[in-house]
Amino acid sequence: MATAEQQTSSQPGPGSGDRSWHSIVLQTLKRNEISIIPYVPDRVLTPLIKNLHADPFFTTFATAREEEAVGIVSGAWMGGRRGAVLMQTSGFATLANTLASLAVPYQIPLIMFVSERGTLGEFNYGQSLVCRTMRPVLDSLALEHHTITRLDELEFIADRSIKQAVTTQAPVALILNPLLTGGKVFDK
Amino acid sequence: MNAPNTKVMNRFDVTKRLIAKLKHEEAVVGGIGNTNFDLWAAGHRPQNFYMLGSMGLAFPIALGVALAQPDRRVFALEGDGSLLMQLGALSTIAALKPKNLIMIVMDNGIYQITGAQPTPAAGVADLVAIALGSGLGKSAWAADEEDFERLIDEAMSADEPSLIALRIDDKPGVGTTRRDPVQIRERFMHGLGVREPL
Repeated sequence: MATAEQQTSSQPGPGSGDRSWHSIVLQTLKRNEISIIPYVPDRVLTPLIKNLHADPFFTTFATAREEEAVGIVSGAWMGGRRGAVLMQTSGFATLANTLASLAVPYQIPLIMFVSERGTLGEFNYGQSLVCRTMRPVLDSLALEHHTITRLDELEFIADRSIKQAVTTQAPVALILNPLLTGGKVFDK
Repeated sequence: MNAPNTKVMNRFDVTKRLIAKLKHEEAVVGGIGNTNFDLWAAGHRPQNFYMLGSMGLAFPIALGVALAQPDRRVFALEGDGSLLMQLGALSTIAALKPKNLIMIVMDNGIYQITGAQPTPAAGVADLVAIALGSGLGKSAWAADEEDFERLIDEAMSADEPSLIALRIDDKPGVGTTRRDPVQIRERFMHGLGVREPL
């Protein structure tokens, strides 16, 4: 099955001519001086994580939980360094308390990239259920969020959203849909 | 709490002792509840950050500050119940090895603020052993107040992150932090030299 994920991985490696979704995300982070990248891994995010690790501009590392990663980038921002958290849908589902008691009330521009599981071909019932909790949680706190489905819109949405988060001191969630990344399918 | 040869100290007293030692605008992150209440009661400093929720994130927040400002010493004060919520953070810190991060654990074995219920770790787990097992080689129980001050002095010039645990009594916090998160965050950023006031 020629999934978009396979198509993505067959695209050229990082470089000025690379227009893969993960290369665009990496370049957009760099352009916005976002350099601390804690993550809880996800299969779809693997090429992004790999290239972030390979680029010395970024301090990229795994955390045990997504809450921990939010705490780290919150502290880093208060100390003058910008960060972003990478996670999967199920990881976002662990964050309601941290969003409501740290990021939102302290007005911290928390930038989250969420690889979307649970839709468009999900094979794990639990993932499909937890995915349904994500947007209601974001909406209940009136948090800015965008679901990115198209490669030609990715840079605009990511760049503008990061700038808006920083200037308005508000969190943002950028949801990377399977239409953009290829997602994860049963034979993976 | 499972540290036999250590004195039972008082949170407010040891917090005051710590603050008295800070001469270089060191950052201090106070964890949820009594930990930051006593930090507040010890006298507000522009370099203090007070958590009003997000239980367990004092060490991760302090880690972020430490990564952003490697030339500044960053202290984090956390309760034993809070630390139990994020034991994985100890491994993250051990992996990154920020030498300017100093973690202090106030261990009374109870959730004092909710009615003094024992934590699941009370009497069975040794938080310093957990920290050592998580890869934080410079972790120790403070035997008494004097030993605590000695461990702080050591940590100030250490070339790896330090964790100091203290057995404390069951007294509540002495003060109550003003619950104004935006002002807390903004003044902390001023205190760290990240921003100027309007």
